Amino acid sequence: MSSPILEVSNLNVRFSTPDGEVHAVKDASFTIGESECLGVVGESGSGKSQMFLATMGILSGNGKASGSVKYRGQELIGATDRQLNKLRGSKITMIFQDPLTCLTPHMTAGAQIVEALQVHTKLPRDEAEKRALEMLELVRIPEAKRRMRQYPHELSGGMRQRVMIAMATACGPDLLIADEPTTALDVTVQAQILEIMRDLKVELKTAIVLISHDMGVIAGVSDRVAVMRRGEIVETGPVDDIFYKPRHDYTKMLLDSMPRLDRPDRDGEARLPPPKSDQTVLEVRDLKVHFPVRGTGFFAKTKPLRAVDGVSFDLREGETLGIVGESGCGKSTLARAVLKLLPKTDGTVVWMTRDLNAISDSDQRRLRKELQIVFQDPLASLDPRRTIGESIAEPLRTLQPGLSRDAVRAKVRATMEQVGLDPAWLNRYPHEFSGGQNQRVGIARAMIVEPKLVICDEAVSALDVSIQSQIVDLILKLQTEFGMSMLFISHDLSVVRQISHRVMVLYLGRIVELADRETIYKDARHPYTKALISAVPVPDPKFERSKTHVKLTGDLPSPLDTRAQLNFLKSKLIDDPDAEQYRPALIEVTPGHYVAEHD
Amino acid sequence: MSVPFSAADTEAAMGDIVQGRSLWDDALRRLMRNRAAVISVVILFVIAVAAVIGPYFLAYDYSFQDYTVVSCAPDWWPDTTVMCNAGGTHWFGTDSIGRDLVARTLYGARVSLAVGLIATLVSLVIGVAYGAIAGYVGGRIDELMMRFVDVLYSIPYIFLVIILMVIFNRNFFLLFVAIGAVEWLTMARIVRGQTLSIKQKEFIEAARAGGVGAFGIITRHIIPNVFGPVVVYVTLTVPASILAESFLSFLGLGIQEPLTSWGVLISDGANQMETAPWMLLFPAAFMTVTLFCFNFIGDGLRDALDPKDR
Repeated sequence: MSSPILEVSNLNVRFSTPDGEVHAVKDASFTIGESECLGVVGESGSGKSQMFLATMGILSGNGKASGSVKYRGQELIGATDRQLNKLRGSKITMIFQDPLTCLTPHMTAGAQIVEALQVHTKLPRDEAEKRALEMLELVRIPEAKRRMRQYPHELSGGMRQRVMIAMATACGPDLLIADEPTTALDVTVQAQILEIMRDLKVELKTAIVLISHDMGVIAGVSDRVAVMRRGEIVETGPVDDIFYKPRHDYTKMLLDSMPRLDRPDRDGEARLPPPKSDQTVLEVRDLKVHFPVRGTGFFAKTKPLRAVDGVSFDLREGETLGIVGESGCGKSTLARAVLKLLPKTDGTVVWMTRDLNAISDSDQRRLRKELQIVFQDPLASLDPRRTIGESIAEPLRTLQPGLSRDAVRAKVRATMEQVGLDPAWLNRYPHEFSGGQNQRVGIARAMIVEPKLVICDEAVSALDVSIQSQIVDLILKLQTEFGMSMLFISHDLSVVRQISHRVMVLYLGRIVELADRETIYKDARHPYTKALISAVPVPDPKFERSKTHVKLTGDLPSPLDTRAQLNFLKSKLIDDPDAEQYRPALIEVTPGHYVAEHD
Repeated sequence: MSVPFSAADTEAAMGDIVQGRSLWDDALRRLMRNRAAVISVVILFVIAVAAVIGPYFLAYDYSFQDYTVVSCAPDWWPDTTVMCNAGGTHWFGTDSIGRDLVARTLYGARVSLAVGLIATLVSLVIGVAYGAIAGYVGGRIDELMMRFVDVLYSIPYIFLVIILMVIFNRNFFLLFVAIGAVEWLTMARIVRGQTLSIKQKEFIEAARAGGVGAFGIITRHIIPNVFGPVVVYVTLTVPASILAESFLSFLGLGIQEPLTSWGVLISDGANQMETAPWMLLFPAAFMTVTLFCFNFIGDGLRDALDPKDR
């Protein structure tokens, strides 16, 4: 290896906070060579981002870095802002997780790239503009000329991240630091962005630091990997060694807890129990939820936003149906409509032979007792001013008002034990717990009334992988014990595979494919399902390198456009955004395997 | 509403229960570290205690007139020409009809603090209930309720008070109503705004999924969570009410003789500012200190409740 671009030795980062000093990075040392990609992996709070913010000299005000960071022999720690500004944005650049907050809202995408170029290269304006256009084409933005004149809010998340990458690479940097660049994006878009990054490495000979919590993302792009835990780099090595011959226990644990698309059950962990019986408990027929959206202008027509547009499925007793799809496909809306938390526009939902349309108020209460939901954000779904004991007890106290205080308390303690929480904690508050513990509280709150159906709305998506696997195990254990049915909603196909008996793929409010969990991954028929599965990064570098991607170009279209649902059935398309379109029908290709019509 | 797991419930059998730190505990801890706020609390406490029990220990009643000591400066006053050797008992001097200013200032404090607190309480109760309902129910009802607030806002409140006074005669009770009726408008707007943002949070949805009705959600989940900004606003409403009362009294629309308030005393004192400045000085100093204290407490509370926004 030639002389390294960046040489970090004994880097320490400390933050002084009102609650004492936090040692965020402890004695980190590593090097990055020419056009090399270093993957940095670790869970939240492991200090992986702070390490590189310190490298760039942009720690927040209460942070202090010590040690040594050398860029081509030049010491960066303790350098003045003037010296650093010569490097920042031209030789060392950075892209962040949220591309919306990183772009100035009042400047067009083109103007921002031109500005970055002019600050560092003194190119005349027209040449800078030409270069900006080239960069946008390099990151494969369709209709780059038009996009140049658009403002950030007019671009989708994937487009914005591309603009950020174009901006970061415009001056021909030696080192590009990408901090969770794809975490906020859908899998198909993530696959596109990762593809671009792989190409940049080859075409521009840029060294890349890819910071991610996702081992799959790291596996596909990196040459070398550094694993971080609690501020320390616990293991570094070539990507194959890390993945196939991990030495540190923590690396092994991370790899083990990753849900993998190619491995339905993790070894020795809780297994998916078989469905309790063949009896159908939930029957959804042609469910539609439309939201009226007003156009702009004084006499604008309101158009329906078809969030859920004719979804039908059955759920058996003790069965888990996984619902996957990208953002905006209507999966959460579907869950809320089933629970009657949102009014539905049309269709029927029959729960245990009772039509939920024609239900009386007293039945409504019993219904709430049988149908419960677990939310995505563990902290946001708990009232910050109430103790977790109060939060867990709330459904019990409203749904069974006759229960005595002692009975409620005993039940709360029992439930807390079932979900792996110490009952002694019942007087503590959500902000005193970690995300995983709070999610257990959320699960306890749903389970305390012994529901027959639990809807998990992205219940594990906000958690770190090691915590995620624990929560998945807990959910499986509870299902084995109580035999409840579940709707498990997630954008993460690997988790869904572990936890569901059958999987339903939604695209813009409609089912595109529905099959049992083996079939859908091994014998996907619909092009969208295929693209979705191929886009999921697998923590297996050799597999990732050899894998051929089924590509979807561009972003998810707007659900307001009635043409969008026919993206895979162009032959029946009427090219008018307002026209009533043909609805692709579901066809049963083999028993229990339904696929929407497609070309 | 009963809280099932209060500290009082934890019997010996459950001695192992860990008591958590609530967000209020945290806020209190941060407030205690704010020196200005803590000093303000102490000063306010002293003024309040003096106002409540002070008058019982004084030699003079607030309405007792001693014509031998009209417009007398305190004994320690530097300008000896205006002193009339009252005998060392009129520490703040006397007013133009020979009443003791210590007694009147303390009595004025009672009235001013009472107006401030009661008017704020009125605005708190109406404003929080109104704002929370408008915000939670939303839609057309919210629209109607808030337009009603806008209409009330547009009525100049001095006219409102003058009209009320003319119709119902001057009356101590009316003062609370008049001031409270003005202050609750802002409170309702603040609470509605907060409610709108809290309504979007997942824990509200979780409560609905748990079968909790609208009343339970508003009282158990929304109001406790809007209380942070509300408490801050309350500490700013109290001085605003005191000021409003002073202003009305200054115009002659407030408290009637021989009752008094800081506003009345300041108004009287201002008339004789050149010949007898002590008549203005003492009530004005008390009021200024009180207002400062409330504002410091308000600032301290805001920092304590919202450490991120500092």
